[in-house]
Amino acid sequence: MKIKNFNLGLGGFLSNNPKLGNFLPQAVTLFAIIFIIGFFTFNAQTNMDTRGIDFGFGFLKQESSFDIQFSLIDYDGSYSYARAYLVGLLNTLLVSIIGIFFATVLGVVVGISRLSSNYLISKLAEIYVEIFRNIPLLLQIFFWYFAALRALPLPKEAISFFDVSFLTIKGFFVPKLVWTNFSVLFYSLVAAIVSIVFIYIYGKRKQEATGQRIPVFLISVGLLLILPLVVSFLGRVGLDFEIPSLVQHSETIFNFKGGINIIPELMALALALSLYTATFIAECVRAGIMGVTKGQKEAAASIGLTPGQILRLVVMPQALRIIIPPTTNQYLNLTKNSSLAAAIAYPDLVLVFAGTAMMQTGRAIEIVSITMLTYLSLSIAISIFMNWYNKKIAIKEK
Amino acid sequence: MIKNLTLLKPNKESLNLYISLGTIFFVLGIADVTFNIFEFLPIWISFFVPLAFCFLGLHLIRVEFSGNKKLDSLNKNINSNWFNAILTIFAIFLLIKSIPPMLDWLFFDANFVGSKKEDCTGDGACWVFINVWFERLIYGLYPINEIWRINAAFIGLILTVGLAFFVSAKIKKYVLIFLIFVYPFIMISLISGGNFGLEWVETNAWGGLALTFIISIFALTFCFPVGLFLALGRRSSYPVIRYASIGFIEFWRGVPLITVLFMASVMFPMFLPEDTYMDKLVRVVIAITLFESAYMAEVVRGGLQALPRGQYDAGKSLGMGYWRMHLLVIMPQALKLVIPGIANTFLALVKDTPLILVVGLLELIGMIDMAKTNPKWLGFAAEGYVFAGFVFWIICYAMSRYSISLERKYKTDR
Repeated sequence: MKIKNFNLGLGGFLSNNPKLGNFLPQAVTLFAIIFIIGFFTFNAQTNMDTRGIDFGFGFLKQESSFDIQFSLIDYDGSYSYARAYLVGLLNTLLVSIIGIFFATVLGVVVGISRLSSNYLISKLAEIYVEIFRNIPLLLQIFFWYFAALRALPLPKEAISFFDVSFLTIKGFFVPKLVWTNFSVLFYSLVAAIVSIVFIYIYGKRKQEATGQRIPVFLISVGLLLILPLVVSFLGRVGLDFEIPSLVQHSETIFNFKGGINIIPELMALALALSLYTATFIAECVRAGIMGVTKGQKEAAASIGLTPGQILRLVVMPQALRIIIPPTTNQYLNLTKNSSLAAAIAYPDLVLVFAGTAMMQTGRAIEIVSITMLTYLSLSIAISIFMNWYNKKIAIKEK
Repeated sequence: MIKNLTLLKPNKESLNLYISLGTIFFVLGIADVTFNIFEFLPIWISFFVPLAFCFLGLHLIRVEFSGNKKLDSLNKNINSNWFNAILTIFAIFLLIKSIPPMLDWLFFDANFVGSKKEDCTGDGACWVFINVWFERLIYGLYPINEIWRINAAFIGLILTVGLAFFVSAKIKKYVLIFLIFVYPFIMISLISGGNFGLEWVETNAWGGLALTFIISIFALTFCFPVGLFLALGRRSSYPVIRYASIGFIEFWRGVPLITVLFMASVMFPMFLPEDTYMDKLVRVVIAITLFESAYMAEVVRGGLQALPRGQYDAGKSLGMGYWRMHLLVIMPQALKLVIPGIANTFLALVKDTPLILVVGLLELIGMIDMAKTNPKWLGFAAEGYVFAGFVFWIICYAMSRYSISLERKYKTDR
């Protein structure tokens, strides 16, 4: 292919004047950015003036006067918009954490299964990945919420698990843990974890200095179990279960009372997010394990490490280096995808704040900006952490 | 454990006995799963009977180096040790328990013909629902008499793409230019009408699968060049351009698409001069384009970074300028490297289009939502979603297969 000289004269002129060539493109870019931002700000100002709206965040302190179906903290209509924002944010984080947990477990299992020598298992894992990865997430959420979970029985004919948990169309009712003197238990757990960290560091130093190993793992498990138990016994920590029970509201309407109700929206969302993201995590895990060469395992075996030690000390550290960066990216995607909650009315940040609160106050610019900034700061924080982590674990070549 | 029992250790000498015994046990176990033969036993025993039978059966046929090729390959693939045997048994049980009911629902108990809800008498799916609503699901609320225009636009598209595949390389260039720069506008003027004696159809009436395609095609066409320039900008030696690109990319990558769509639908009109009006569909396409171009930029940047420095040096030493070097030397190699990444971004774009539902545009999934809330057709959500899932799966799977074949085609050894 013959390309004619398409320097428009300007290119030659600029390369002959290095200083100007350096300055001009940047100045043009800067000017264009300032112009666009200025244009938008000016228009927004005039538009708001004509409609009689003023810009400001004072509305956050006003009474919200709407209810939220599901909340982790105390909330009702008499609280402020800022509190509603917090409720939405906590709900987003809740579903993200649940989703991340199940997606990781399922993803690791499926990722390893795809490498299994068992033909049936690897084929099943592959079919699962190919199906769930290629269907839009929104569709999966809708399917679980509108088709699958709607087929659950009414509270009266609930599916019961050992008579303490009940699965119904109105949600999954599980017993609520009622603690007394919970803070004692909490501090004992913190103390156990801190001491485990110290023992781990001490054990590592001792091994490096003398070659002797102390059973860190056994000590950790023992500490984690025994210390809280002993302290709970001494500190009179009590645990009660509040078991949900069927209550008759009218002749035909029954519902469960007490316990914790995991609402169907949360179930559908967590289910769809985990099943969808797990396919991507499975691919990351597979790539990571395949990325460790056979020679590494053989070398480890030849210096006399046990199979467990090979996996723990040689294969996993190298596989994790490949697995963790893309997997974190998937965690981030899951958190952002949890905003699809708005489509099935799970009260997350987008639905509560960018939905209901915006309808009521009409402050589109402020509310959409706050919502976007929240997600943005979340992902920037995680990517800064990831960059730091990547640098730390990168192989230092000589 | 079991290995130490010499009595139960299968060996080569009495191969036929072990195979027939093992097969009988295995078949008995499978039969128990299907027909519940041992139901009279207490539940906690009858629950484990098939598992035990199948396990015993697989154990008996696990004869190493039996000389029977089929048996050996079977043992190697699904029955190499007791752990694998258990996994196999669970996989088979799962298939037995899930596949037949699924097939029943999908085909054998399903109703295919009819025109109203009452025609669905079986226990299975009611495909009559899809049948009746088919036109709406594909074309949205587009006027029935004008549907030929959408068909014509897409058939034209397919023909032009097909043409590009078969003509010689010399003409192919012009066909591609026509396809990218001219055809989208022909398509839009054909579908929206308003001139050439065609009736004007508002974008509100556009919908269904056709809208999915329209949005995907436009966003794909635009997001690719924008992403290329952003990737170059991010690697630029000018700090202002570099930081502007980084800021732009990281902003779009950091927010969920749903908030971007909210921004396009409620916030963006505030930023326009008072009397101007921009169609909602246009705003949404711009929003999706900007959003996906940021992801595209990161993919392309990966390719640029993977190229060895020598390629840049070689380009420069031939006296090429910045643009020519990138056009002729860098980009062809970098893009080739990241074909899977580009395909993934395109796939993500197609899978993201249903989200436009939140700003009131009804593509395929939106139309299903509308159909299933129609009072005459309540209770057919599952059928609708299975249908939409099938359609999207076909599209996405075909795209990913195509990307793999492209990757193979352009693979060069380094």
